[in-house]
Amino acid sequence: MKSLMDPCCQRCAHRPETPCREYLRCRTEGPLCHDDEQCRKARQGRIEAVEGAAQAQRPTQNQINESPCWRLLVCAGTGCIASGGAPVVAALREAVEQRGMSSQVEIALTGCHGFCEQGPIIVVEPGKTFYRRVSAADALDIVDTHLAGGQRVDRLLYRLPGGEAVTCYPEIPFYARQHRIVLANCGHINPEDLGEYLARQGYRGFLKALAMERAAVIAEVKRSGLRGRGGAGFLTGQKWEFTAGAPGEEKYIVCNADEGDPGAFMDRSVLEGDPHAVLEGMLVAGYAIGAREGYIYVRAEYPLAIRRLQRAIAQAEACGLLGENILHSGFSFRVHVKAGAGAFVCGEETALLTSIEGNRGMPRVRPPYPAVKGLWGKPTNINNVETFANIPHILRRGADWYAAMGVGRSKGSKVFALTGKVNNTGLVEVPMGLSLREIIFAIGGGIQGGKAFKAVQIGGPSGGCLPESLLDTPVDYETLLEAGAMVGSGGLVVMDESTCMVDIARYFLNFTQQESCGKCAPCREGTKRMLEILTRITEGKGREEDLGALEKLAAVIKATSLCGLGQSAPNPVLTTLRYFRDEYEAHINDQRCPAGLCAALLTYRIDADKCRGCTLCARHCPVGCITGKPREAYVIDETRCVKCGVCLERCKFGAVIRR
Amino acid sequence: MLEKYREERGALIPLLQGAQEIYGYLPGAAMERIARTLRLPAAQVYGVATFYAQFHFTPRGRHVIRVCLGTACHVRGGARIFEALRRQLGVEDGGTTADLRYTLESVACIGACGLAPVIMIDDDTHGRLTPESLPGILARYE
Ligand SMILES: Cc1cc2nc3c(=O)[nH]c(=O)nc-3n(C[C@H](O)[C@H](O)[C@H](O)COP(=O)(O)O)c2cc1C
Ligand code: FES
Ligand code: FES
Repeated sequence: MKSLMDPCCQRCAHRPETPCREYLRCRTEGPLCHDDEQCRKARQGRIEAVEGAAQAQRPTQNQINESPCWRLLVCAGTGCIASGGAPVVAALREAVEQRGMSSQVEIALTGCHGFCEQGPIIVVEPGKTFYRRVSAADALDIVDTHLAGGQRVDRLLYRLPGGEAVTCYPEIPFYARQHRIVLANCGHINPEDLGEYLARQGYRGFLKALAMERAAVIAEVKRSGLRGRGGAGFLTGQKWEFTAGAPGEEKYIVCNADEGDPGAFMDRSVLEGDPHAVLEGMLVAGYAIGAREGYIYVRAEYPLAIRRLQRAIAQAEACGLLGENILHSGFSFRVHVKAGAGAFVCGEETALLTSIEGNRGMPRVRPPYPAVKGLWGKPTNINNVETFANIPHILRRGADWYAAMGVGRSKGSKVFALTGKVNNTGLVEVPMGLSLREIIFAIGGGIQGGKAFKAVQIGGPSGGCLPESLLDTPVDYETLLEAGAMVGSGGLVVMDESTCMVDIARYFLNFTQQESCGKCAPCREGTKRMLEILTRITEGKGREEDLGALEKLAAVIKATSLCGLGQSAPNPVLTTLRYFRDEYEAHINDQRCPAGLCAALLTYRIDADKCRGCTLCARHCPVGCITGKPREAYVIDETRCVKCGVCLERCKFGAVIRR
Repeated sequence: MLEKYREERGALIPLLQGAQEIYGYLPGAAMERIARTLRLPAAQVYGVATFYAQFHFTPRGRHVIRVCLGTACHVRGGARIFEALRRQLGVEDGGTTADLRYTLESVACIGACGLAPVIMIDDDTHGRLTPESLPGILARYE
C-alpha cells in the first residue's frame, strides 16, 4: 500500500460504483470493511508518515516495512522548479537507489512552501530539517550524511542574518510568525496523491456538511465571518444564501482562479500545492447551494496548476468523491476546468462568466448579480480559490474556531504574496489584523541591502501605496480602505528608496489602461488621459496644473466606470498623490526624480578624479557611448547615452555619477 | 477536435486554444473552419480571438520568451531585462526574430514573483535574472 487510496488487501471492499458513507473513515481509521490488525497498522503508519508529526528523531513504525522511515519533501512548485528543482529530484532518486535505501526513503514531491526565494527547498521528515538552495550535487551528501549518518548537512541549512544556522523549519523567523491554515498542507503533502490529503483530515469538512441541513451549512459559513478573498471582501455565507435562495433548479459553482493581479501568486500555490482543498470547498458550496456542476477558471499562464487540478478531479472521480451520488448521499457534483486566455478583466466575475460561455470577457452591469443570473443565465455562485480553500477548515473545526481569529469584521487568516525589495519574499499567511510592520519586518526580514523602506503597495492595480508612517496599520478590510488601499487579492509589494512613486503610479495606469476591455468610456479614455499626464511628469515635462487634473479625472473615473477595474484604477494614483505628493512636485517643479529612476531626468557622468581607466564601463556599455584610453579617465557621450545605468553598476571605484 | 466540441457549450475558446496548439498561431482558415463548425459568424470568432492576449495571428518563433513586467518584477528591474532582450534579439514586444528562433513578449505576471525578475521560455521559468545571465540562458534554446 503506497497510498491510503490503495486497497490494503483483497478483502478491501470499496468500489466507486458503490460509494458508501463510511468510505473515508474506512481509509483513514479503518479498515471498517474487514478486520485485520495488519491492515490497520499499515494505514496508521502511512498517516503518521504523512502527518510528519513524529517528534522522535526516528519514526516509531520501523517495523512496518511498507512505510518508509524517511520522507524527503522536495518542493515541486513553480518557483523551486525555476531555480533548478527538477535535477535535484533526479539526483536524490539516484542517490537513494545507489545506497540501496529505496525501501526506507520516500521522496514526495510537494507544492510550494512559500519561501520560493530560498529554492530549491527540501524538508526532511521526521525532524523538520529545512534545506535550501539545494543542487543536484548535494543529493549524495544528504543521503549519506543525513539519512545514513544521522547528521544534518550544515551548509544547506537556513541561516539567520547573523550567520547562525536554523535546523528546524518552524523556527525560521519567516515561518515562526505565520499562522498557516490555508497553506497548512502546501509543501507538506504530495498534491497528486489524494491519500495524503485524506491523511491530513481532507474531505472531513465535506463529510460533516453532508450530515447537515443545507441551510445549516450556509449558516455555519456565515457565522464564521469568512469574507471573499478575491478582493471585494463580500461575506461568503451571505453570497451562498443569495444563490441558494435564487429561483431555478439548475445552479452553478464557479471558482475564480484567474489571479490576474500582477505580484500575487497565492492562488497559484494553493492550486498547485493543495488542489483537493479547493475541490472540497467547491463540493461543500455545491451541496449547500444545490448546484450539480462547478467550473474552475484558471489562467493559461499556470500550466502546472491546470495539470494538478485535472489530476485531482480525476482521482476524486475515481473513488466516488465527485460525480453521481457522492458517498451514497444522493448529492451529485461535477467539476470542469476552463483555461483562461489572458485578459486581466476576466477576473471580474461577470466578465469571467461570459468568457466561460465562449465570448469576449467583457463585464456587464450588475445587478442582476451572478447569484441570480450568472452562467448561461442560471444562478451562479462565484468565489475565489483562497475563499474555497478556507471552507473545509471552517466546517471541520467549526465557525467559532474560525471567527476567533482576526480583528473586527475581518476574520480568519489571509495569505499575502510578499515581494519586491524585501529580504524574505514569499507567501505569508497571518491572522487578519497583524500590522504591516510585522509582516514586512518580522516575517519579511526587512528591506534588501539595508536600504530604507519607502512604501508598500497593497492590493495590486485596485489598491494603493502606503508610506512608512502607516506601517503600524493593521491589515484588515476596513482599515486599509480608510487608508486608501485595499486587501485586494493580497499582493504586498515592498518598495525602497530607489523606487520612484510617480513611476509606480504610471506603471499601474499603464497596466489598467492596457487591460481595460474598452466597453465603457471613462475607463477606456480616462485612464489613457491619466497615463499621458503621468508619463509626461516622469519625462520632466509636468505642468503646474497636472496634479489637479489627475485628481479630477480620478474622481470621474471612479464614479462612472462600469466595473471594478475602472472604479478602482485611479487608486494607485490617488494614494501616491496623498502620501508622496512631494515626489510629484520634485518632478514637476525641479525636473528631478528623487529616487534617481526616471531615465529622462537623469544624467550620467564620470568623475575624472576617481576614474582609474579600468575600461570596465566602456566594455559593458550597451551602446558604446563611453570612450577613453586605458588607465586614463573615460568620458560618457551624453547625447548617445541611453541611461541604462550599467556603467554605474560596473564601476568599482564609484566614479560614475548619476544625477 | 472539431468533432469533440461540436455539441459542447462555450467551446469557442477551447477550440481556438487547440488550433493554436496545432499551428503555433491562428491562421485565418482555421478560424473560419471553427466558425462554420460552431455555426457562428466569422466576425464573432475573430472578435473573441483578438480580445485575448493569448492568441496570435502570425507565425511565431520556435521559442516564446515571456518577460514579466509585473509589479514585483518591475520593482526589481524587470524593464531592464526586457530592454536587454529587446536589444539582443533586435525585435520589439510581440516580435519574432527573422530566423524564427525566438518570439519576445511582455506579460503582466508569471506568478513566480518571489524570484523576480522572471522570464518564461516556453514552459520553463527562469528567475533571479540579471541582464548578464541572459545570453547563457538563451543559448540553451536552439
Ligand atoms: C478587474 C477585476 C479583476 C478581478 N480579478 C480577480 C481575480 O483574478 N481573482 C479573483 O478571485 N477575483 C477577482 N476579482 C474579483 C471578482 O470579481 C469577484 O469579486 C470574486 O471572484 C468573488 O469571490 P470572493 O467573494 O470569494 O472574493 C476581480 C475583480 C475585478 C473588478
Ligand atoms: S516553489 Fe518551492 S517554495 Fe515556492
Ligand atoms: S511580477 Fe513578475 S512573476 Fe509576478
